[in-house]
Amino acid sequence: MTHQAPHPTTSSDDPDRVAAFEARIARGESIEPKDWMPERYRKQLTRMMSQHAHSEIVGMLPEGNWITRAPNLRRKMALIAKVQDEAGHGLYIYCGTETLGVDRHELVQQLLNGTAKYSSIFNYPTLTWADIGCIGWFVDGAAIVNQTMLAKASYGPYARAMVRICKEENFHKRQGYEIMATLAAGTPEQRAMAQDAVNRWWWPSLMMFGPPDSESSNSDELLRWRVKKKGNDELRQRFVNLTVPQATAINVVLPDPDLKYDEASENWTFGAIDWDEFWRVVKGDGPCNRERLAARNKAHDDGEWVRVAAAAHAAKRKPSASEAA
Amino acid sequence: MTKPPDEASGPPADSQWPLWEVFLQPPKGEAHEHAGSVHAVSAEHALQNARDVYARRGEAVSIWVVPSAEITASTPEDMGPFFDPGNDKPYRHPQFYKVPRGVRVF
Repeated sequence: MTHQAPHPTTSSDDPDRVAAFEARIARGESIEPKDWMPERYRKQLTRMMSQHAHSEIVGMLPEGNWITRAPNLRRKMALIAKVQDEAGHGLYIYCGTETLGVDRHELVQQLLNGTAKYSSIFNYPTLTWADIGCIGWFVDGAAIVNQTMLAKASYGPYARAMVRICKEENFHKRQGYEIMATLAAGTPEQRAMAQDAVNRWWWPSLMMFGPPDSESSNSDELLRWRVKKKGNDELRQRFVNLTVPQATAINVVLPDPDLKYDEASENWTFGAIDWDEFWRVVKGDGPCNRERLAARNKAHDDGEWVRVAAAAHAAKRKPSASEAA
Repeated sequence: MTKPPDEASGPPADSQWPLWEVFLQPPKGEAHEHAGSVHAVSAEHALQNARDVYARRGEAVSIWVVPSAEITASTPEDMGPFFDPGNDKPYRHPQFYKVPRGVRVF
C-alpha cells in the first residue's frame, strides 16, 4: 500500500508474451506457478499475498491477548480455535506466495524486521472483551467480503487458498457477532462496553479495504490482471450494506451521523473516512505497531529452541550414510 | 520436464525446514487432491503439520506428504507437443460414434 506511479510491465518483458498473458487473463484462465507471467504481476502478487499472510499472523496477537481472559470456557475454546485458524490461514497464503519463487524465510524476516506491511487494523488495541466480538463481526466480516472476491483471483494458488479460508471464516464472524449480540442484550455496563467497541472499531474496519480507488495506484493494475475483481470502494460499500442491518438487529449504533439509506442506489451512504489516520497507522504510527512487532519477534525468538530441537531430532533419526550403505 | 524452480537450487540455510506438498483424501471416497504445502523436518513431522494446517475440520480421511523437490512436473512449454497425441484421436471419445436416431445408448 504505497503511493507509486503505475508501472504495468518492466522493459525486460517481451510485449508478445505480455499480450498472450493478458489474453489468457481475459479468457478467465487460471495462471499457475510455472506459467510465464510479467515480472510486475509476480511482484505485485508477492507483495499482496505476503502482506495478506502477514496480516493473518499478526491478526493472532490482538485476539491472543484475550484467550486467558475469555469470560467462560465456551468462549475460550472458540477463541483458541479461531486464533489457530488464523495461523493456518497465514500458512496457506505463505505457501501460495512460495509458489512465486520466494522462500518463506525471507518473508518471515521482512515481517520481523518491520519492512513488511500488514493490515493496519491489527495495530489497534483490544481493550475489552467486546473488542474480541467486534473483531469477529467487523474485521472478519470485512475480510470475508474481500476474500470472497479474491477466491476468483487470476493466480490459481492464491484463489485456492482463499476458497479454503472463506470456508472457515464464517465461523469467525458468527462467533464475533454472537459475542456482540450477547453483550448488547446484557446489563447496562455490558451494553456500554459493546457500544464503545463498535465506536472504536467501525472506522478502522472501513479502512481495511484500502484507500479510495482514485488514490490507489495498485488497484488499477490488480484489477486489470484480475487479481482483484472489484475495487476498494465497491467492496467497502458492500460491507457497509451488509453490516448496517446487523447492527440494527442487536441495537448498537454505528458511529456515523451521516450514515443513511439512499433509495436510488440502494446503498447505505456513509461519512468521510479519516485517511490521514489510515496512512499514519500504515506508516508505523498506530497505537500498537511497535507492540505487535515486539510480540511477534519475541514469539519467534522464544520458538527457536523448538526449531533447533526438531532439526536435531530429525538428524538423529535419519540413518547415517554408513548405516544406509 | 523440470523440477519446480524454487526447489532446484535447494532451500537456503535457515529455510524453516524443507518444503512438502500435501495431498488430502476427502471422506467421500474421492482421490487424493493437492491441498498446499507445509515446512517440516521429517516425513512424520510433515504429516502432523499437514493435519494441523489442512485438516482441522474433518476434511480428510488420509493424507499424503511428498518432498516438493521430489515432484517431477510437466512444464507449460510442454503443453503443445507433450499433450498433442491425445488431441488428434477423437475416436477416443463417445461422440465420435454414430448411433441410430432415437436410441438411448446410455
